[in-house]
Amino acid sequence: MARQPDGPPPPPTVQKLRLRYTKRGPLRFASHRDLARALERALRRAQVPMAFSAGFSPHPKISYMGAAPTGAASEAEYFEIGLSERRDPEQVRVALDASLPPGIDVLECVEAGEGAGSLADRLDATRWRIDLPGVDADELARAVQALLAAETVPVTKRTKNGTKDVDARAAVVSAAVAVEAGCAILHVVVRQLTPTVRPDDVMAALAAVADLRPPLPARAVREAQGRLDDSGDVADPLGPDRDASSRCQGEPAQV
Amino acid sequence: MTVESLYPRLEPLLAQVAKPIQYVGGELNAQIKPWDDVAVHWALMYPDAYEVGLPNQGLMILYEVLNERPDALAERTYAVWPDLAGLMREHGVGQFTVDAHRPVRDFDLLGVSFATELGYTNLLEALDLAGVPLHAVDRDESHPVVVAGGHAAFNPEPVSDFVDCAVLGDGEQVVGDITDVVAAWKEQGRPGGRVELLARLARVEGVYVPRFYAVTYGADGTIAEVLRTRDDVPPRVGKRTVMDLDEWPYPKQPLVPLAESVHERMSVEIFRGCTRGCRFCQAGMITRPVRERTITGIGSMVDAGLKATGYEEVGLLSLSSADHSEIGQLAKELADRYEGTNTGLSLPSTRVDAFNVTLANELSRNGRRSGLTFAPEGGSERIRRVINKTVSKEDLVRTVTTAYANGWRQVKLYFMCGLPTETDEDVLEIAELAVEVIRAGREASGSKDIRCTVSIGGFVPKPHTPFQWAAQASAETIDHRLKVLREAINADRRIGRSIGLRYHDGKPGVIEGLLSRGDRRVGRVIERVWRDGGHFDGWSEHFSYQRWTTAAAEELAPFGVDLDWYTTRERTEHEILPWDHLDSGLDKEWLWDDWQDAISEDEVGDCRWTGCYDCGVCPTMGTEIQIGPTGRSLLPLTVVR
Repeated sequence: MARQPDGPPPPPTVQKLRLRYTKRGPLRFASHRDLARALERALRRAQVPMAFSAGFSPHPKISYMGAAPTGAASEAEYFEIGLSERRDPEQVRVALDASLPPGIDVLECVEAGEGAGSLADRLDATRWRIDLPGVDADELARAVQALLAAETVPVTKRTKNGTKDVDARAAVVSAAVAVEAGCAILHVVVRQLTPTVRPDDVMAALAAVADLRPPLPARAVREAQGRLDDSGDVADPLGPDRDASSRCQGEPAQV
Repeated sequence: MTVESLYPRLEPLLAQVAKPIQYVGGELNAQIKPWDDVAVHWALMYPDAYEVGLPNQGLMILYEVLNERPDALAERTYAVWPDLAGLMREHGVGQFTVDAHRPVRDFDLLGVSFATELGYTNLLEALDLAGVPLHAVDRDESHPVVVAGGHAAFNPEPVSDFVDCAVLGDGEQVVGDITDVVAAWKEQGRPGGRVELLARLARVEGVYVPRFYAVTYGADGTIAEVLRTRDDVPPRVGKRTVMDLDEWPYPKQPLVPLAESVHERMSVEIFRGCTRGCRFCQAGMITRPVRERTITGIGSMVDAGLKATGYEEVGLLSLSSADHSEIGQLAKELADRYEGTNTGLSLPSTRVDAFNVTLANELSRNGRRSGLTFAPEGGSERIRRVINKTVSKEDLVRTVTTAYANGWRQVKLYFMCGLPTETDEDVLEIAELAVEVIRAGREASGSKDIRCTVSIGGFVPKPHTPFQWAAQASAETIDHRLKVLREAINADRRIGRSIGLRYHDGKPGVIEGLLSRGDRRVGRVIERVWRDGGHFDGWSEHFSYQRWTTAAAEELAPFGVDLDWYTTRERTEHEILPWDHLDSGLDKEWLWDDWQDAISEDEVGDCRWTGCYDCGVCPTMGTEIQIGPTGRSLLPLTVVR
């Protein structure tokens, strides 16, 4: 039998909170591991009463989901934490936000709704905004049309274990072109499949179908993440939790 | 002067490189001050990768001390990996600070902390990327004053062509003195240009300006004379020593990076200096005397640091932490304070001493007992007498066995090979020791699930130590001894599979030896290696032994010396050593006597407990040992659980 530490087990999780945060400015270059470290340390500085796993190496109860790739900014990253004491979600949001570096901003914090289901299951699509400085908007529009018209567009992803072919077209739900301040912008909704199709895979697909080769690196921002609704848009993944908590009056949150 | 951020031009390049987060700054507790609000601008560099340089305590301390001054600012810069360096050259982006991404070229001073000599090529790379002339004599008033610090600066001669000054000893106060000199010189309209500024700096205690000292060599290649070229600079430059560590509780706000670094914890320096007298240890020799932080001073730094960082682990740092006069009480009271908070406390590698197991037990009582590290350094009792780190084999086995019996599963043992007077037999005793440790440990713990890792590297003789005269073992000798050791450990598989062996081959040590005990002629080798593409020499994937040996052979030949002359040659008593005009306080005669004692296997005590043995430091430097106990204790503190 495995050895167990002496003493009582750690206190159980009494409240689950779901949070949305951003990755802005220079911090878009943070990897998901960098963000996880930053969040865990900020939770300690903010004195959030985290629940811990049992065992010799207790870890705070945190689940990260659907991290945006290194180099992509995001307005919609999500994680879930387990608390050993109840707290007011808004106060946790404010305290955590204050302990995080500028650029990682905590926008929302809600209590996981009773019976509202898993958050990860609600994150199945992303709405990306990809700024393409130096790219002609008409040329971009033609490339997007070609992409949407194609049946499949295989692109090669580099992975840890070599390369892998993935159909970028299958993941693209919709795509549209706009121009802002003279810069061509691609708005694209992408289904989160395995393996994930990321903004650079979309760009690789545009290069494959229309030889679109931006002169400068593209800048992607995840604007929203959530469940793909019937209209092809991305729904707020925290909606079901908010609905659940407004339905039940529950015990008052303790400060 | 307007200094613009390089970030807008850097950002597109970052999308194309590995681990871009290391270049963007924004660490917790980083500071950005307006450029025009201050008179003196410091760029502080750790000449290695960000992940290694960021946790460096020295740099963090100076960063805070300087930024606290209303008339100065300090920003940080680190070695840039080749992928980004290539893009920076292609796009004309200079070496930048990670704080405000200001060009290093525009700062008044570039302070570079050399913990190891293998960072020298990275200094050249950074200067070149910054657009600062490599050679100090080619710089004008518009260029930063390049200041070397850190332990390697106790012999800065190999980099004397490239640095304007070297600072000896503790940096906390001297950076303030340098700032004052630069501020006054700028205020006065830069009279006398760069040379006058350097002359003024040369009169600051602890600051060495190589260009004001001329070195001549004799027919046999040794130094004939080192003479100052101006009367207004000191004939010998003495080190700086900060007394009363409690007055310098830095870093107060340790930097916390987003990127992963080599030390995922905060550190509190519990004392500075060491008088154990280990003869191989440059740090112990050049940082004397021992100055303890008090138990209450440590307690408040731990508390403030944890609150400021959110780290889960605190390292109690020093050269031999168990020697703090209040360590037992400190360990107990810190463990009490943080009980139930998932805060880990740790001591760095310690002497082999049963008391250290007790301490480690105390510090880990709230957490997991994974690994414990001891540093016997020498394989045999005989060689441990030579290096003055005496512990008997029985005590060593007993201590490690106690660790296993107390639930520690993994014990790491640090050794060196290639020590003076060493033979194969001395090194082979490491294998015997490891086998005995595992046998006794299995018995004591009743478990086969224990491991012993032997970590071993080649010894490099360092300046300002009793071994500064010693012949360094050749790479072949080191590699041979490592080979016989490996075979001996693997001889009995039933035991050998519980023993891990980690080692470094002998080649990088030879180059470190050249750079450690080199003189000004070695500068040409460093420059040649850098021009041939050498950098990140501390990283095995970038280090090229052949590049170094080729450069050494060709660049040193005109002087009639070679790589072996600098490394495997034993020096004679009266040879003028390249660092003799730099004063660590140690009396050269005492060092020589200690070297002779080493050869005859005579031990020396610790002046904290056995009385002064006249190493020379305290009277020369006007310092004294500062140790407790203070009799105080840590106040109860409310800790959030």
